Amino acid sequence: MVMLAETLPSQDRATRAVRVTQGLAVVLALAAFASLGSGATGVSLHDMLDGITEREALILWDIRLPRLAMGVLVGAALAVSGALMQGLFRNPLADPGIVGVGAGAGLGAVLAIVLGGLLPAGLAAWLGPHLVPFAAFLGGWGATLALYRLASRGGNVSVATMLLAGIALGALAGAVTGVLIYMADDRQLRDLTFWGMGSLAGASWTKIAASLPFILPVLVLSPLLARGLNALALGEAQARHTGVDTERLKRVTILGVAASAGAAVAIAGGIGFIGIVVPHLLRLATGPDHRFLLPNAALLGASLLVMADIFARTVLAPAELPIGIVTAIIGAPVFLWILLQRRGIGGL
Amino acid sequence: MTRSTPMRLKLARLNLAALHIALIASLGLTAVGTIAFAEEVKPRVVSLGGSVTETVVALGAADVLVGRDSTSNYPESILALPDVGYIRALSPEGVLSLAPDLILSEEGAGPVEAVTVLNDGGIPFVTMPGAYSAQGVLDKIAAVAAALHLEAEGDALIARTAEGFAKANAAAEAVTAPKSVLFVISLQGGRVMAGGEGSSAAGIIALAGGVNAVTGFQGYKQITDEAVIAAAPDVILMMDRGGDLALSAEDVLATPALAATPAAKAGRIIRMDGMLLLGFGPRTPDAALALNAALYGG
Repeated sequence: MVMLAETLPSQDRATRAVRVTQGLAVVLALAAFASLGSGATGVSLHDMLDGITEREALILWDIRLPRLAMGVLVGAALAVSGALMQGLFRNPLADPGIVGVGAGAGLGAVLAIVLGGLLPAGLAAWLGPHLVPFAAFLGGWGATLALYRLASRGGNVSVATMLLAGIALGALAGAVTGVLIYMADDRQLRDLTFWGMGSLAGASWTKIAASLPFILPVLVLSPLLARGLNALALGEAQARHTGVDTERLKRVTILGVAASAGAAVAIAGGIGFIGIVVPHLLRLATGPDHRFLLPNAALLGASLLVMADIFARTVLAPAELPIGIVTAIIGAPVFLWILLQRRGIGGL
Repeated sequence: MTRSTPMRLKLARLNLAALHIALIASLGLTAVGTIAFAEEVKPRVVSLGGSVTETVVALGAADVLVGRDSTSNYPESILALPDVGYIRALSPEGVLSLAPDLILSEEGAGPVEAVTVLNDGGIPFVTMPGAYSAQGVLDKIAAVAAALHLEAEGDALIARTAEGFAKANAAAEAVTAPKSVLFVISLQGGRVMAGGEGSSAAGIIALAGGVNAVTGFQGYKQITDEAVIAAAPDVILMMDRGGDLALSAEDVLATPALAATPAAKAGRIIRMDGMLLLGFGPRTPDAALALNAALYGG
């Protein structure tokens, strides 16, 4: 059985966390190989060893590799954003949705799907298939910035105000979405439903190139926020006393989450669960230290989403399941099981 | 967006394709088997959209189909084919796994990235016209026949279908007092979702010599109880999907707004197979005649 982090002395925790990092890196590598080697066509990596045919090249370069890359990016972005949000709000239930990214992106996507036809023809043709991701990204950013402004007073951001305003903004976005759903026709309704369940089926190098500048810097630079977030865990005043510029920390964290989670949701639709479960699992295993939590969350989030995608695109082949369903159907019971185990040991 | 790529099956490519198919299917059967397979090879076609699939079958080309989408469910024999899922949420590798030479599709297949990958893979992706009218059906048949190089069969089917439409049209013209028809697609939570202007339901009602009872909105929408009462339809039309999904006459009578309509009071509720009624394929003349008969007792 997994030993609980809080029972370990901190030195052991660090060693353990590093070992978890190494283990997760291996898991991600294995998942990546499995992802490249499996799919509806049954073409395996082994088949490609002695010379690669045109068809195999298409399957590898145009289908499986972009899917793998997108799965890694989106999974890592969602998990790290979740960990950042939970650190900032000092609440294990926080996820990127709290700063309005989810509601805003959802509203943007719905607007694009339902009202996209009203755009001037030139603009619509220029954006083409990128209209929905683009609108979702703008929506996510717009909502986050609006919340941030609402919660700022004299250079200070009130995290509590942001939380409450986020709920209000979510309700407003939900209402507008409702109006748009009422206006939508049959096909648009099905598009909306599918968008909400998330998918990597639309993976392409263009989408990856467009989201990389928003996601990669956050993944690479987020450990720099670790010390500040660790101090923040003691409370805002205490963090300030230890020399942390809490206002700057909040600003950077919120913008980082808006960028990475916004881009992830924009290209892959609504994929739930990763942002909450991944950091929670890691906290159970290696403790709340953000120095380890953030990089490990990136690795575990990426691995889980890549594995969920393998399942999503092979179980019903030649059709595929929306990946958001897979993450919830497998993730939720596993999460509950872990919680129950934990209660059995130490009491929740 | 209609892409009219004619299918030019070059022998070399076919042999290559057959080789792949055989390799994958038999996991390395002997070369003799591969050659035998290549000689009797037919085009491998994936058909997306119920009306396109019906058209392929009506052209007598059911044996070229190697895959279908989830809306293709007529005739029953094609249900045995692999299902590539919903037409707007295709898996590129899933479609590729069927090793098609040609993909025939209704309008609106997606996601765009999946269609692009299939096109990049050298598989012609031909989108069929899909207007909800007699001409739309004939155009669709012509396009499917052209894509399959079955022009003779296409002409025959077009002639047959046009004849059917002429009959339906004669029946519709003979109507002296057109009845207003409300098409109810669902009754979620007691709210009526009806077929408005430009919907497939409006198309078939017009072909059957009826008048759509509700106007002023496009496609399928939920309408208010008062709009239902104001529409005062003579007849309520619903889909008979069989099993638990079908709406029954009791469901209609249990909905106060519908129960108050002249249609419900007189018990004029017509239920027809959804794919037959709304599919706009080769069976549409039959559907129009059947609906006409149900409306006017002809």
